[in-house]
Amino acid sequence: MLSDELQDILQEGVGLLGEHLILVFTAILIAAAIAIPAGLLLASRPAARRWALGIAGIGQTIPSLALFGFLIPIPFIGGIGRHTAIVALVVYALLPILRNTVTGILGVDPILRDAALAMGMTETQILRMVELPLAAPTIIAGLRIATVTTIGTATIAAAIGAGGLGVFIFRGIASIDKLQILAGAVPAALLAIAADSALGWIEKRLG
Amino acid sequence: MSAVEFSRVHFRIGPRTILNDLSLTVEPGETLVLLGRSGSGKTTALRLINGMQMPSSGEVRIHGKSTTAWDPVRLRRGIGYVIQEGGLFPHFTVERNVALIPALENWPADKIAARVSTLLAAVNLPADSFARRFPRELSGGQRQRVGVARALAADPPILLFDEPFGALDPVTRFDLQREFLRLRAELGKTSVFVTHDVQEAMKLATRIALLHEGSLAFLGAPAEFESSTHPEARAFLDVLHEARRAQ
Repeated sequence: MLSDELQDILQEGVGLLGEHLILVFTAILIAAAIAIPAGLLLASRPAARRWALGIAGIGQTIPSLALFGFLIPIPFIGGIGRHTAIVALVVYALLPILRNTVTGILGVDPILRDAALAMGMTETQILRMVELPLAAPTIIAGLRIATVTTIGTATIAAAIGAGGLGVFIFRGIASIDKLQILAGAVPAALLAIAADSALGWIEKRLG
Repeated sequence: MSAVEFSRVHFRIGPRTILNDLSLTVEPGETLVLLGRSGSGKTTALRLINGMQMPSSGEVRIHGKSTTAWDPVRLRRGIGYVIQEGGLFPHFTVERNVALIPALENWPADKIAARVSTLLAAVNLPADSFARRFPRELSGGQRQRVGVARALAADPPILLFDEPFGALDPVTRFDLQREFLRLRAELGKTSVFVTHDVQEAMKLATRIALLHEGSLAFLGAPAEFESSTHPEARAFLDVLHEARRAQ
């Protein structure tokens, strides 16, 4: 019966949505914890900046299914399951956050930095009171891009047993079941739209 | 003791000499105007005073102590700095902009609040209507007034002005020049004022230091400046006389 199938999907879906959210949140938190401080450091180091953005850029060009596959045989960070998926998602989320943090800090009018220094503010005070607040909308925009793409990419994590909404999609493809595919794809898309509007709202508030 | 003393100061960037053997003093309470064309080294000279630049050779002494021996943060908090358009922080209200240094110096909140309203009144921006505005909600002249209030906030004995009125319309500039003279009479601060406008220099200076290609071409009172025979001084005086004839 169709209604039975719907009920099963709904029951299982709640769990999978929860797994999906955990994957995305964990990956974004880790990526932000790496990329925002790194971006702040790189803003004043042009040579290191080119290297770091280059490497982060290369990370993004690896096809996601291949990256999940590559990670499986690697000890500690690899293997089957959630933590491998999170490592891969972090790799993808790094670049937009890193790039936007650097762009945000470099976008602060140098006259303001100069004035702050001349007034007798310390480097830490300038960062905390001038540069970070003025760069905040750009940094949030980076988080927004990273979050939205991670929600999509996380569906592939099911391929290595990490769970999430991708479970429906892969099962649906395997059994040629449109309902199962939609049960994974539609909530993932709605989740992406919701995250996009929420972070967009914060970005606007700060700007 | 002189408030500011340049002693045989050279400043070079690579092979280029920006300042060449500059020696002069600024006495407490006076307004020394650094006059010169673009690229004459006047802004560099100003930035040597608050340690934003260090001399390649020679010494700049503030209250008798070399800028290289000062803690830069302490040095700069004792020297107010006013730049074009005020250099205000766009994400801070007028109040927070003015209160910034007192807040960093951990003044008690009631003392800061009192200081902010005194200063805003002093620059003719009543706190009631201006304290909570953001810089983008002010005119250029109003922003400049806030910039002056901010520089005065922690009551520094020395003030630096880096072409503060350059971007303003003539009427606003005239107003602010008049207020500069009024505030000077009230507060008796030592000021160093950079400009390329000879009329402004004549009006505001107790002494004029004319810089030409990094060297001191003239140093003296405005009345003496008018009789200087240095070619660079003559060039500026021609501008001045032309302007007077036009009036």
